[in-house]
Amino acid sequence: MTACFIALSSNESRLLLTLFIQQVLNGLLDGVYYLLIALGLSLIFSLGGIVNLAHGAFYAIGAYLTIVLAPHIGFGGAMLASPVLVALIGIVVERSLFQRFYRSDPILSLLLTFGLAMVAEQALRMIFGAPPLSFSIPPALRGQIFVGDFIYSRYRAMLLLVAAACVIGLWFLLQRTAFGRVVRAGVQNPDMVGALGISLQPYMVAVAGIGIGLAGLAGVLLAPIYSIHPAMGQEIITPAFVVVVIGGLGSFWGVVVAALMVGLVKGITIGLGYTQWSTAVIYLMMLLVLLFRPRGLFGERIQRFE
Amino acid sequence: MSEIIKPTRMSRRQALAGLGAGAATGLIASPSLILAQTPDAIRFGHLTPRTGFLGPLGEFAVMAVDLAVEEINAAGGIMGRKLDVLKEDSVNPQTASTKAERMVERDKVACLLGEISSASCLTIAQVANRTKTLFVNTGGNSDALRGESCNKYMFHIESQNSMYVKTCGRSLMAQGLVKGKKWFSLTADYAFGHDLLKVAKRFMEANGGQFAADKLVPTDATDFSALLLEIRAAKPDLVISNLAGNQITNFLKQYSEFGLTFPVAGFGFDTALAWAAGKDNFGGVWPVVWHHLIDTPNTKKFVAAFTKKYGKPPENQAWGDYNIVKIMAQSMNELKSTDTAKIMEHWEKGAKFDVMKTREGYFRASDHQFMHEMYTVTALPAAQVKNPYDLFTSSAPVPGPGESLEVIATTGDEAVCKMA
Repeated sequence: MTACFIALSSNESRLLLTLFIQQVLNGLLDGVYYLLIALGLSLIFSLGGIVNLAHGAFYAIGAYLTIVLAPHIGFGGAMLASPVLVALIGIVVERSLFQRFYRSDPILSLLLTFGLAMVAEQALRMIFGAPPLSFSIPPALRGQIFVGDFIYSRYRAMLLLVAAACVIGLWFLLQRTAFGRVVRAGVQNPDMVGALGISLQPYMVAVAGIGIGLAGLAGVLLAPIYSIHPAMGQEIITPAFVVVVIGGLGSFWGVVVAALMVGLVKGITIGLGYTQWSTAVIYLMMLLVLLFRPRGLFGERIQRFE
Repeated sequence: MSEIIKPTRMSRRQALAGLGAGAATGLIASPSLILAQTPDAIRFGHLTPRTGFLGPLGEFAVMAVDLAVEEINAAGGIMGRKLDVLKEDSVNPQTASTKAERMVERDKVACLLGEISSASCLTIAQVANRTKTLFVNTGGNSDALRGESCNKYMFHIESQNSMYVKTCGRSLMAQGLVKGKKWFSLTADYAFGHDLLKVAKRFMEANGGQFAADKLVPTDATDFSALLLEIRAAKPDLVISNLAGNQITNFLKQYSEFGLTFPVAGFGFDTALAWAAGKDNFGGVWPVVWHHLIDTPNTKKFVAAFTKKYGKPPENQAWGDYNIVKIMAQSMNELKSTDTAKIMEHWEKGAKFDVMKTREGYFRASDHQFMHEMYTVTALPAAQVKNPYDLFTSSAPVPGPGESLEVIATTGDEAVCKMA
């Protein structure tokens, strides 16, 4: 009887442990969803000094474009076309609005992008209506992957591959190309870059296009699994900001590590049974980081922000 | 050289303050809409969330009000005067109360209608009580509003949580999913969810079920993957959703994504959320106050008029707002008065109203809850779905034809209302 009881309890604890490990792994992957948004935010802020509150709106536009385009050119086609279109919108916004604010008080650009976010959200509401719209995972990507006890959705596995490819691509662009060298120099000391006879303007255009395009891509990727409604940008922008703040401004790997950490901490919280704390805990984490490392975990010392 | 970006002279602290402020301002909703007023018209005030996670449902409420006003004015208005409804975004409980106050004191509305959030209902009810203005709740479900927080000036055309739970509970009992079964419940972590969980738990325990687990989910959580892993490991007999708004759509989409096959049911629901989930993802058994496929002449007429005007069928939220505008106009016309006390007396005496169902409904005097038929809807398999809206089949009206309408409502000490 006693032996049986022990066997049962050890079996149960094994199950609990397996579940906990699953939650930790799932949490790590969970953070990646914020990554594409957070990287763009961080990039635009580091180079232009603009806190882009409208970044979530571009994510929403990406999702809505997918609904419009996918019936005509398929989900694969939409995955290529929507981010490009969103990037083009981003470039227009950069040329017509952002560029006027690089030199002004940050509160002005904050107001600008806050207003822009509202305009974009209302525009989506006027065009597509307030009720959420439906969009499903394409049949070819439906299904699950089983690895031992671990279950994962096949669609999310694809999503992770795309996100990983973007992170590596962006890292390569910033660290290993001439383009990246100028951008990094521009982040540190735009005056010096100017003195060397390099105009930062085309780089700003490119960075805004890439950053905003990535938000559009996130919109495409998350459209099949999240609810699509005009305010969806607001839902994602706050955790993305948290990731940027925790990771540290201007730090590429900081943002990547912070995204993984946010997911991990969330996963552990849920794994321990405190589901109701799963959102609060990431803000708590941000608070601690701000108290003890106000520059963020990997934040570099950027001269012009000191 | 003008191309060069000059230092922004922003300090690290300013930058971080900016980011923090950014995170905070992202949460502030957009401005409200104010419509023009006509001087000699009879004016109602309508408040409902137009933004935020309940905004999509509020949109249907507003469309329904516009349609009702159009029809009432086309039929001669109220006592020969035109009806004019002031509509505003209620945003949150504080704003809702401020706007309600302004509608009563500045715009002199004859009554206040609307709302979806139970928390905002409560603050509007306080204004109604203080200013002795009639308020009819069209979307707040919490039993507490009809119980400890009830008030003389607040009526409810929206069903209370108990009515939803007992309606859906009947279907679950019939399918053998309650007695001796384990439920995994997910609950939206705010007033509505907590109230619903309490009612659901009472029903489950009274009928011999038990929780496999019982999880509170933050209202801004969009990803359910972690909870889906928990559900899979717990192997429940039934997954119960006490979620709200877009949460339900997210949950349904991801439940189908992870391929879980445990039966799903919920105690709070809106058809727009099924439409947003789509035929590939919508599943389970859900209670509704009304839906667009009900087979009665007045439902068909309303659905046809709504679809003609807006190009899509009405969501169940539209039912409450449409009917209350009609009921209010009808009562004022019958009484030849807009006097609050007279209307309240008329309703409390059990006046009956056609609300597009097989039986007429009435306000129960003890707690001002509207007594009427409810339904459960069951998802159709994707292959049987012919258009994006008709995703489900309906139960017969609950309660059945021979039963009192009050059998699904709170009884005895389930919710005690003492009106001041």
